[in-house]
Amino acid sequence: MTRPSTQPSKYKETPTLKAVLIKIIALGLLDAVVVYALFVLFLKESWVAFVLVAIGLVAINWIYLTRRALPAKYLAPGIVFLIIFQLFAVGYSAYIAFTNFGDGHNSTREDAIDSIVAKSLQRVENSPTYDLTVLDQLGTYSFLVTEPDGTVSLGNVESPLEPVDNAQLSGSGKAIGLDGYTALDFAGILANQQAISALAVPLTDNPSDGALRTPDGSKAFLYESTLKYDEAAGSFTDETSGTVFIDRGNGQFETAEGETIQPGWKIDVGFANFARAFGEEEIRRPLIGVVIWTFAFAILSVATTFALGLFLAVVFNDARMKGRRFYRVIAILPYAFPAFLSALVWAGLMNRDFGFINQVLLGGADVPWLTDPVLAKVSILIVNLWLGFPYMFLVSTGALQAIPDEIVEAAKVDGAKPWALFRHIKLPLLMVSLAPLLISSFAFNFNNFNLIYMLTGGGPRDIGADVNVGATDILITLVYKVAFGSVAGRDYGLASAFAIIIFIVVATVSVIGFRQTKALEDLN
Amino acid sequence: MITSTVSTGRRSSFRKWFTATGWRHLIGVAVIIFCAFPLLYVLSSSLNPNGTLVGSNALFQEIDLGNYIDLFNRPSQPYGAWFLNTLLIGGISSLGTVFLGALAAYAFSRMRFTGRRVGLLTLLLVQMFPQLLAVVAIFLLLNAIGDIFPILGLDSQLGLIVVYLGGALGVNTYLMYGFFNTVPLSIDEAAKIDGASHARIFFTIILRLVAPILAVVGLLSFIGTTNEFVIASVLLSDPSKQTLAVGLYQFVSDETSKNWSLFAAGAVMAAIPVMALFLYLQKYIVNGLTAGAVK
Repeated sequence: MTRPSTQPSKYKETPTLKAVLIKIIALGLLDAVVVYALFVLFLKESWVAFVLVAIGLVAINWIYLTRRALPAKYLAPGIVFLIIFQLFAVGYSAYIAFTNFGDGHNSTREDAIDSIVAKSLQRVENSPTYDLTVLDQLGTYSFLVTEPDGTVSLGNVESPLEPVDNAQLSGSGKAIGLDGYTALDFAGILANQQAISALAVPLTDNPSDGALRTPDGSKAFLYESTLKYDEAAGSFTDETSGTVFIDRGNGQFETAEGETIQPGWKIDVGFANFARAFGEEEIRRPLIGVVIWTFAFAILSVATTFALGLFLAVVFNDARMKGRRFYRVIAILPYAFPAFLSALVWAGLMNRDFGFINQVLLGGADVPWLTDPVLAKVSILIVNLWLGFPYMFLVSTGALQAIPDEIVEAAKVDGAKPWALFRHIKLPLLMVSLAPLLISSFAFNFNNFNLIYMLTGGGPRDIGADVNVGATDILITLVYKVAFGSVAGRDYGLASAFAIIIFIVVATVSVIGFRQTKALEDLN
Repeated sequence: MITSTVSTGRRSSFRKWFTATGWRHLIGVAVIIFCAFPLLYVLSSSLNPNGTLVGSNALFQEIDLGNYIDLFNRPSQPYGAWFLNTLLIGGISSLGTVFLGALAAYAFSRMRFTGRRVGLLTLLLVQMFPQLLAVVAIFLLLNAIGDIFPILGLDSQLGLIVVYLGGALGVNTYLMYGFFNTVPLSIDEAAKIDGASHARIFFTIILRLVAPILAVVGLLSFIGTTNEFVIASVLLSDPSKQTLAVGLYQFVSDETSKNWSLFAAGAVMAAIPVMALFLYLQKYIVNGLTAGAVK
């Protein structure tokens, strides 16, 4: 099909004043917001983000101010979101897959050192006692301390103690207030006791010098870390036991025996996550099981739903049949019911002890529909059949009705029996138009998170595995559990490595599938 | 003799009817039972004052609207807030999706530019990567954005909407692109001769002519957002900010089978608007889906 090309150059009419105003205001607002973001990024010294955002800002302004680039004016809004939240997210996942990011490894080495020091604080024996007033400024607590020699200093969690000279003093010489701050009275301290007793105000910029803490809100004591950080050697020494923890390049401090202190920090680990996925027996064994089940589930889902959907489409596609519309409406009800609710409802129906299927249909039987490894898989396929066949029924009906009557009549005249007619004439014609949808359906089921997670939660759990994995977990639920699970802690690095493996598998399958069906050649 | 011939005649006509369409009705009845049963079960549970899972097994024995009222009186599980959040997030996301998708589809359908074919192919491939796979990256990305604009950070519904808009181009653009192509180009040409700008043609002419596909894409994307669990559960942690999918899932998983009929009431209320809309727009949806299937 040829179309007269509508070149941007044809649009040369003068824009109306209203259009120009709308454009200037919208672009101005956007620019203001982005420039603010640039300013913050500059202060945070996030140079990569700064450069990327700046390039984006210039590109957007160019697109909407030039008279050329008409298609870009229409494509840019969607593409901006696509780039940030899909393409960038995929790229960033790939990066995370090569780090040890996760619980205990989610910041820089400096942050980890500070955090270790702060966590191991212990009260110094016979340390001087400081008189203390807790001050509040917009919800942030500060310590106003009076040292035994009379010096008054102010500090909070973020900034170490600094002497102040304009504090209000009580008769005994204790500092009790400061302009711009509200001093907490006894009731205020009681009400916020937990937050106040958790505060540690560092004495100086160097966390090894210790910090002040208060057990009661009126006296502060010096606390020092039992773990001493040695700047030159880059190692921690436990002063009570003498154990030395060294940074061995694993993203944490550890002894020669492998004893570690938490937290560690984020480092690039190369292919270590992939090596773990394929190398460690306790991860590889369940992972292989999950990969096989994911494929089996996706293929069987497409096969069963398509078979039932097509069968019903053929059955209901007889013009002599009365009440077809009614049957059709009922048959698409499961498609209209929100899918996450369906899975939860079926989980109730299939409950082993109280569910309707066991209690009523099977008269009190004890079938472990969702808790037996094999039966759980069968249950998932049944529920997915319920969820998925209406879609296949709809598209098959559409495709069936699009087959020209002449072809069918001609075949009948040639003496084709119904089955042969279906097998050799209708089905091949259907497959031409339905094959791309079957591939999409495969890709969808490959990542059918809701069904698995809501119906069985991936269970029953595989106890021998090193990751939180169950018999019905597919790859995407495994990623979610590894990344955000509560059982084994969060391991973003390993989860992202799994995600990358899925990307590669789905992309390969899809590209091969689309090649086979030549769907892409229809694009003009 | 006479009676017997009559009865054979009736029998043979029954057999004829059965082989032609009768057996189809048998299958139809089986389909109705399979499809409708779980839905009737939820409806029955939701009306059951008994409350537990096992108590819900007696279908429609007692009818009581108490669960529907209870649902709105639980401070730790703010169902009303979940419902509004879902409508709000789903509504804004699907409006945004339709708008962004229509802009792109207009460009692809009406303009010829370098990279157009590549662009369409890229969209087709990108939609193979579901956003939820990159959920870790999205979580960390929003965490970082929240340092600059707290309104778009974690635990922000606007942030979630913005993330959903990342998937606006993709299969939606495809559906719309196909439909835009069916609008004759002569309409654009005529408007252009009358002096209309491209923006005027798009907003006042094309968008009206393609309204049916806009409705379909809007509805499908609304249903998609309503069902979305992974990203919403990761980004929204405050119970009063969560969506129905996140809230109701935790509701049943926390309380196991104790509050089953309460959950069922929540499910019925959540499903009825979506199903009503779906059945109302059924014709368009079927056309939209099959338009993708049949060229």
